[in-house]
Formats: sequence, structure tokens, C-alpha cells
Amino acid sequence: MKTYKAIIRISLRKGILDVQGKTVENGLRSIGFNNISNVRIGRIVELNVEAEDKTAANNIVADACKKLIANPIIEDFAVEIEDAK
Amino acid sequence: MKYSVVVFPGSNCDHDAYSAVTANLGCKAEYVWHKETSLPKDTDCVILPGGFAHGDYLRCGAIARFSPIMEDVIKFANKGGYVMGICNGFQVLTEARLLPGALLRNINVSFICEDIYLKTVNHKTAFTSEIPEEKTLRIPISHGEGNFFADADTIKEIEDNGQVLFRYCDKNGNVTPEANPNGSINNIAGIMNKQGNVLGMMPHPERYCDQLLGGDDGKFIFNSLINHLK
Repeated sequence: MKTYKAIIRISLRKGILDVQGKTVENGLRSIGFNNISNVRIGRIVELNVEAEDKTAANNIVADACKKLIANPIIEDFAVEIEDAK
Repeated sequence: MKYSVVVFPGSNCDHDAYSAVTANLGCKAEYVWHKETSLPKDTDCVILPGGFAHGDYLRCGAIARFSPIMEDVIKFANKGGYVMGICNGFQVLTEARLLPGALLRNINVSFICEDIYLKTVNHKTAFTSEIPEEKTLRIPISHGEGNFFADADTIKEIEDNGQVLFRYCDKNGNVTPEANPNGSINNIAGIMNKQGNVLGMMPHPERYCDQLLGGDDGKFIFNSLINHLK
């Protein structure tokens, strides 16, 4: 078994209005950033996972995402696995 | 009739619910701590109350959905037992997949605490049968994440099945975009499962069961189930 580090990026699914992002975008515009658009706000979760290899680590984390870390009804997630330092 | 009120760490409407069903509606009730693994045997209806269970960390209801008691609540619901999720309880029920959809951040990004009006869409359910046909209910909301969302197919399915029980409306019962406080699709304020035994709603009927507290329209909802179970 090896320890891997997982970095999980969670974002609202495409097509769902991100009201937080919209508010930040409006805020940015109000201070002069008129060239900024499509602000989307998500969340990053980092964790360590013990697994045989990277694929196994990815599978465990994806399972955890589907069960708890993300809500597939409203969120997408992307997992990156790297060797833990 | 006996209600079991689940208490999560961070629940803050558990006492309101307990008081409403006992003092105002004359039922028996019992608090059930979330770490319990079984509901009281004589439970007729479980209430998942409002609040901020487990601090609403990660997503509202996401951690609460895995509290030990939830396994028995899910079993109870799947056997046809009645479950009411109010506000945070509604969020827990969607996370537990006992109800479809999810609750997103309010469209104006603000926490809203105010009285709203509800139009009852389906009167032929265990939770709504005592609500007079033309009655518009005045009930408070108090949430930051009450913006009901589901994909188009799910919305069509719950609308077609009569699972949408309440919509936000104006004082006169008109369902308008202006009367929608949080951006919910189709002004949806409350839904039930296909089987008709699990209700989730963002407004707080338990807070309006006594005129002394500002209103008692919430009684219609509790009385519906009480009469249904007689």
C-alpha cells in the first residue's frame, strides 16, 4: 500500500446558475474589472488515501465523491492523484 | 399519534416542532438524538427539524444524512412510515435521496427570514388534506439555501405525479416570479416522494401553530396527517 494525495475540484454542474459566482462577478465589475466574466465558484478538497496504485486511489476517491464529498445532482467533480510527500 | 423529533448537533427548530405537535396539536412526541440507531417503536411520524445540522459543513444536510439514526429513518420511510423534513430537514431528505432534487443557494445570495404565502397544489395527500381548497397559507421561511433544483426530467416527473405540494405565491394565491423568494424552479416550496409518505418543505409550519406566535396556518399541515392516521 502506498499513500497518495488526492486533490478534488468540485464545481456546480454546467447549466446551474452559480449565484455566488454571479455576485462576485458583479462585485468585480463594480470596481472596474469590466473584462472579467463567467465567474464560477467551487470548492477544493484535499485528502490522503492509501491504495495499491494510482488507479485504485482514484477509484476510492471517486466513490467517496459520489457518496459524500460531492452531490452529483448539482455538482461535478474532478480528481487528481499524486504521490504524497 | 406520536411524533419522533430527530435532534442533530446544530438543529435549532427541534423544540419548536416538539412544542407545536404537543402543546398546539395535542400529540405525543419524543426527541431522538442523532446517534441513536433506532426510532421509538411507536413512532407514527418522524420530523427532521430545521437548523444547521453538523454546521451545514460541506453541503446542507450532507453530513447529517449519515448520522446513525438516518439508517432507521430511511428504513422507516421505505416501509411507508411518515417523515416530514422541514427546512434543514428537507435538505437532509434530498441528500439521503428520500426526496428528489437539491436545495441551492438562494438566488439573491441572502439568508431570508420572513413570512411568505403558500399555495397548496395537491390537496389529496396525507400532508395537505385538511387545507381548505382556496386557502393561502401564511408561513415563515428562514433559510439561505432553499432554491429548489432538479433536472428537467425530474421536475416533469414530480409535477406530473402530483408530488409538488406547495408553491410560493402572493397573498391572493397567485404564483408569480415576484412571489418566489429564493429562485426555486416553478416556485416549488414543498414536495413529497412518489409513495406520498415523505414530505420536504422549506417553510416552517411548526413556527406558526399558535396565534400568540404570529400565526397558526401551520396547523393545517399537521392536522392533515393527524386526521389521516385516525
